[in-house]
Amino acid sequence: MNFLIEAFAWIGDPAHWSGDDGILTRSGQHVGFTLLTLALACAVALPVGLTIGHTGRGRGLGVAAAGALRALPTLGLLLLFALGMPLGPLPAVVALVVLALPPVLAGAYAGLESVDRATVDAARGVGMTGWQVLWRVEIPIALPLILGGVRSAALQVIATWTVAAILPVGGLGRYIFDALPLQQYDKMLAGSILVIALALLTDAIFALVQRLVVPKGVVAGVTAPVT
Amino acid sequence: MTLRRKALLAVAALAVTGVALAGCSSGNPFDEPSQEAGGSASIVVGSAAFPESEIIMQIYAQALEAEGVKVQTKPNIGQRDVYLAALKDGSIDLIPEYSGNLLQFFDKKATESSSEDVYAALQKAAKLHGYEVLDQAKAQDKDSYNVTKKFSQEHGVKSLADLAALGIPLKVGANPEFAERPYGIPGLKDVYGIDATLVPISDSSGPLTVKALAEGTVDLADIYTTTPAIKENDFVTLEDPKNLIIAQNVVPLITKSKVTDTVKRVLNKVSSLLTTEDLIDMNAKSSGAQKLSASAIAKDWLKSHELLK
Repeated sequence: MNFLIEAFAWIGDPAHWSGDDGILTRSGQHVGFTLLTLALACAVALPVGLTIGHTGRGRGLGVAAAGALRALPTLGLLLLFALGMPLGPLPAVVALVVLALPPVLAGAYAGLESVDRATVDAARGVGMTGWQVLWRVEIPIALPLILGGVRSAALQVIATWTVAAILPVGGLGRYIFDALPLQQYDKMLAGSILVIALALLTDAIFALVQRLVVPKGVVAGVTAPVT
Repeated sequence: MTLRRKALLAVAALAVTGVALAGCSSGNPFDEPSQEAGGSASIVVGSAAFPESEIIMQIYAQALEAEGVKVQTKPNIGQRDVYLAALKDGSIDLIPEYSGNLLQFFDKKATESSSEDVYAALQKAAKLHGYEVLDQAKAQDKDSYNVTKKFSQEHGVKSLADLAALGIPLKVGANPEFAERPYGIPGLKDVYGIDATLVPISDSSGPLTVKALAEGTVDLADIYTTTPAIKENDFVTLEDPKNLIIAQNVVPLITKSKVTDTVKRVLNKVSSLLTTEDLIDMNAKSSGAQKLSASAIAKDWLKSHELLK
């Protein structure tokens, strides 16, 4: 219990908020890296996932790939990439993108699959092209689920960017890795608390957005995030 | 009939339990020696749980054996607090140690840092605990600041003292704790006047730190002196004339009652011959492509120094 109090005292100390190693800088780096990772993961996984969901082709491959990617240990991957790339944020970004791919991919194809076939058939019946069906019918209806995938990925990426601090990169993980060998447990726990706070905040934002994007008249799409 | 069957069962159960217990205990490093020791002429040599310690343990053991001392080995006994407890309770009698770390274990406030000072202080500290340290070897396994050969030649830098004169900010690749340790960034600044910033790499002078220096991500890297990578990459280990980094000479730590003239003579002979270069070579044989066993590596070394036929 004492440790918790000390950790919050550490966070409360204004001296720890400014400077290169301050909470503002470190949080900013953490958020920045997370957004970059998510953007790259979405750029790869969303088109693939939507294609699988829309055409129904390659589903077996997509599911297998998502499963296989999930099985990769992120820390091992990070060190492996670090040995083959310039030291710095790059190997961490690549390893974390690999971590973020499966939930985004699964959210995308599961989302499209959840759309009632009758709705899709009706859309085709009124003369919509494949693209129109995808953009005007399938994606809007599946959006909560697709976002659920991104939400799940975002949480994993925020939590896991901490281990990237094994390399010389910024982010909130620095507090954990820098403090551990010096037995500065207040700083270490403070780092963990900040990561948790960031994750909760992100989750709350996604929950709100997910609720806002549900099209009028669709109830079926409101679901828990895909994990 | 039933009685006899019960008795048989009981015997069988006892036998099975006995076998099972024997199986369990054989893996325990703190076991009583399985061969009965013949008086004080028998010595149990232990090692810490890393390859270099085990290799030196094998050197001690085989050298003593060659001189007719009865020897048993107990490799891989955890870290310092664990194997020193084993030394205390008599499970082992002798273990290769590193002077600086051992001194600071005995005396947390110790400030000695040069080889000679550390050894002198260590002799006293060991005596207080009922042990003895025999002669220390020249061989050291400690933190060291390294630069690439190119950097060394370009700037004419061979020692930490030369770096200050360069007057350029330097990046140091090392574990994160180097930001605050007295021999880390603060020491570079205060003792040598070097303007250094830390690039934290949490792999304890492992492959990532080596890579960072080789590729020029950092100008200086903390690498343990017996790491084969220093040789493999032609790194230049900078001299430390002001003893910023505490000495870590290899030294035999032995229970007082086990010290005989023969033991002393043999181990002092080994220490007089063992160099840091030797440790680098032996570590390379252990971790490199060859993956030789500690006992084979020790045998080679002893043969090359004619301590073993």
